[in-house]
Amino acid sequence: MTALIASVLGLQLAGELLARWLGLPVPGPVIGMLLLFTALSIRGETPANLSKLANTVLGHLSLLFVPAGVGIISYLGLIAEQWLAIMSTLIVSTLIAIAVTAFILRWLKRPDPADAKPASERSS
Amino acid sequence: MSGLFETWVYLAEQPLLWLTLTVGAYAIAYHLFMLTQGFALLNPVLVAILMIVATLMITETDYATYFEGAQFVHFLLGPATVLLAVPLVAQAQRLRRQWLPLSIALIAGSASAIVSALVIGRVLGLKADVVASLLPKSATTPIAMAVAEQIGGQPSLTAVLVILTGITGAIAGVPMLRALGERDPDIKGFATGVAAHGIATARAFQHSERAGAYAGLGMGLNAALTALLVPLIAWLAGLY
Repeated sequence: MTALIASVLGLQLAGELLARWLGLPVPGPVIGMLLLFTALSIRGETPANLSKLANTVLGHLSLLFVPAGVGIISYLGLIAEQWLAIMSTLIVSTLIAIAVTAFILRWLKRPDPADAKPASERSS
Repeated sequence: MSGLFETWVYLAEQPLLWLTLTVGAYAIAYHLFMLTQGFALLNPVLVAILMIVATLMITETDYATYFEGAQFVHFLLGPATVLLAVPLVAQAQRLRRQWLPLSIALIAGSASAIVSALVIGRVLGLKADVVASLLPKSATTPIAMAVAEQIGGQPSLTAVLVILTGITGAIAGVPMLRALGERDPDIKGFATGVAAHGIATARAFQHSERAGAYAGLGMGLNAALTALLVPLIAWLAGLY
């Protein structure tokens, strides 16, 4: 397990270094993710203990956003002053983006053959 | 009584207290969410943040002191992002077959997130630096902060707006899509991942690993695209 944790941290570090050296506008961890994706694709299978580690960490991904969110305490003044305009912009804009993405994908997406079940197994 | 006060003064200086508060508040918030069978407004991130903000205000603790402890949790965002590769690899074949629809939806969603924030923010009379801080709100925190700084926003305000965006997407995204008649979990996952990054991805993982993979893909791709589009759109709009 320690070798696994060291590998994940090492990939993040490699991502940070690549981003810096190549002047990429992408954060190091995202490059680290691409490196791990490439390595696992070449290898052809994901080691069981890596799957287990990923499930554990990603199952509680929300926890990791709490410290940054508490930063709102430094902006209570600004947000109290303009909360209606800020929150309206943020909420409406986010919902527009979700609706647009979903609408386009609904329009262009074809049913995946891997999901097709034999007619006898369909419930409807 | 003074012994108790001295103990407090000692503990308040230690990272352990604020680390425990962060994980403890989240554990309570998560338990509450589960008890109510996932009542959307009791989003665990939102409830945990409110509990911690209340605690810090009552004890008159500043954010920098709190972050000394909370940074250990915050740091794990990096390794967690790297680990997103695991569900992506598991869904890679499926995603590869749909690369064109996914790419077009990504570009449309990313651009509409940025342009709508710019237009609505201006119409509602927000100051230029607040608008600049809002533009990258759909990207994951580290990207959004870097981009906001580049176009004259305030990175720490952006971090807060990014979290609020994620909470909005996690609370309202799926109910809205359901009301619009969308039933496909792949589409719901990808759309909320593009618009509301990791918090919506975390929410999608609670639904299924497959929805989570779609959301994680949307989040990862939009992180890169936002970094390119925000400076371009801000420049076209004459924001800086």
